[in-house]
Amino acid sequence: MSPSLAHTAREKPHTQRQRTLAVTAALVVLLALAVVSSIFWGTRDVGVNTVWNYFTHADLPAMTEAVLDQRSVRTLWAGTIGAALALAGAGMQGVTRNPLGDPGILGVNAGAAFAVVVGISLLGINSSTGMAGLAFIGAGITSALVYGLASVGRDGATPVKLALMGAAISAGLGSLTSALILNFSNALDSLRKWQLGSVAGSSMEEFFPGVFLLIAGALIIGLGARSINNFALGDDMATALGENVMLKRFIIFIGITLLSGTATSMCGPIAFLGLMAPHALRALVGPDYRAIIPLSALFGAALLIVADTVGRVIMPPEEIQVGVTMVVIGVPVFIYLVRTKKAVEL
Amino acid sequence: MSQVATELTPVDRVAKLRADGRRRPRLIIVGLAVTLVAVFLVRVLLGTYTVTFPDFITILQGGSIEGARGARYIVLSDKLPRAVLGTLTGLAFGCAGAIFQLLLRNPLASPDIIGISSGASLGAVLGIVFWGSTGFEISFLAVAFSLALAILIMVLAAGHGGVGNRFILMGIGVAALGNAVVNYLLTRIDINSAQSAMVWMTGSLSVANWERILILLIALCLIFPAVMLFQRQLHALAVGEELAQSLGLNVTITRWLYIVLGVLLAAVATAASGPIAFVAFVSGPIARRLIGGRHSLTASALVGAIIVVFADFIAANFVPSGAMPVGVLTGAFGAPILIWLLVQSQKEGRS
Repeated sequence: MSPSLAHTAREKPHTQRQRTLAVTAALVVLLALAVVSSIFWGTRDVGVNTVWNYFTHADLPAMTEAVLDQRSVRTLWAGTIGAALALAGAGMQGVTRNPLGDPGILGVNAGAAFAVVVGISLLGINSSTGMAGLAFIGAGITSALVYGLASVGRDGATPVKLALMGAAISAGLGSLTSALILNFSNALDSLRKWQLGSVAGSSMEEFFPGVFLLIAGALIIGLGARSINNFALGDDMATALGENVMLKRFIIFIGITLLSGTATSMCGPIAFLGLMAPHALRALVGPDYRAIIPLSALFGAALLIVADTVGRVIMPPEEIQVGVTMVVIGVPVFIYLVRTKKAVEL
Repeated sequence: MSQVATELTPVDRVAKLRADGRRRPRLIIVGLAVTLVAVFLVRVLLGTYTVTFPDFITILQGGSIEGARGARYIVLSDKLPRAVLGTLTGLAFGCAGAIFQLLLRNPLASPDIIGISSGASLGAVLGIVFWGSTGFEISFLAVAFSLALAILIMVLAAGHGGVGNRFILMGIGVAALGNAVVNYLLTRIDINSAQSAMVWMTGSLSVANWERILILLIALCLIFPAVMLFQRQLHALAVGEELAQSLGLNVTITRWLYIVLGVLLAAVATAASGPIAFVAFVSGPIARRLIGGRHSLTASALVGAIIVVFADFIAANFVPSGAMPVGVLTGAFGAPILIWLLVQSQKEGRS
């Protein structure tokens, strides 16, 4: 063996680890900056002293305190939802082995939107809690349907079947949704606002039931990282490595549904983040899901907080919904990463 | 001697299997063509103002029918143009979807997902919102924007390395951007404009007239021969890049050629009728499963046309409000077929 070969063989994992650490550090800093800017900036800027007083529970004018309350709550929401969607996306791409794997492909968004529209047009539901509940139920039923139909047959839910079935069911539900909103203009009115995705008006009370589901989903995806790595080698190889492929895939699928269904019910269908985060991290740290999964969560949280802040300050006093600003900020970053880094193959 | 006979039997069997394998796609394509003609006739003859076939011929020759003078008008200026436009756009969407799925080797890659349709929607919604456009203006803006976005995607995807995967990723990035802007604009306009924008984005054949059909027909007459001419190269490419290269194929040129052809097909069809939802996505997988595993652009185009024309028939005759755009039903009609075929092929053990 030539010395240079031995050298590279020893060197490679080392630089890889350094790279992952550097990316982790950068993302933590980014997240911290995002949180700070989200609390300081808005339609009403606040000074450092005011924020300090707020966190040390000193006396503040009621107005300022209310503003800061609202801002910290929505920062928390944006961060949580961002992390959840990014995790769901990473899990989805791992399970379907498809670069187009997005929680939306699973039918979650289509199911949630359909349930919301049915609720508004046929059942007369209009409260935000009602819509959240409907969205969650719709997302859950749809993904169960996708998985159930995709797993008919002897080799179970293979990646191709899962992806195609999800897209087909989304297509069908999308049609039914358009049929309803073209006949009920009040449904279109509510849907077009809900569809953008927003964390404005979020409250601590509505945060709690959802966050437990999100934590459960995050744990499933996080613990499944090693299995997802094995899935990437193909089903046969993964089985040979001792994975119970069908069972593990099913469990991870439940995790994805919990994360994306809950996130969608909490603030509407925020597109693209779930798709983008794992691709961005794959370009930065390589194909190991044990790194991609946790770092995607950090990345997603930071990106959604930044997007929410930008949406608040860009044309005051109006706000642009986070679903829009996230895409506008995210797409150039995504394009830059995919173009400059070579390792985008799944 | 008997040994030779037993040796020949497997050879014969293989030859027979091969012949069957060749025959099945042809049979299916003929079957699909017949189905398309049948569906077309159903659309034109049945429903409101049902006419018999001889009456239809009389109408086409310029005569009118005793006791039903309205029939001539309804057939010539409503049912026939819609059926023709539906067929043409269906063929174009079905073919475009199959091209992308084959070229990018991803069953999810269709113009809906990789940015071409969202370019068209963006153009149309901008037109409706800012300039109050209608009719041909919308079509023009749609085609201009979808080509502009397609060029942007191609520029972003160009460069050394695998074009396929990067094209998909750039496509979904640009699509996300387009969709976000469209969704945002939809919340900023009054509900009536939003509704008409929604109708356009779902895809509708109610705009059908002979002028529109002629333009689309000329465009398709230029694009389809090119698609058919180089089909063999496309299939070679789909088998694998190295193999295609070793067969003496210029992989890069073939790939770009088909990307351009697919984009053009999707763009002209979208301009004519709006991005009829999901036709491009479902046609390819349905055709593939009917044929038994092989890709076929022809079969996919035929499936697309059948779906559009039949969905339009249902929309025009069986939906109470009457003015339901066809795109609402293509998904509701195409998706169950695809789901059924997927389940069916899984039971047989292939996917």
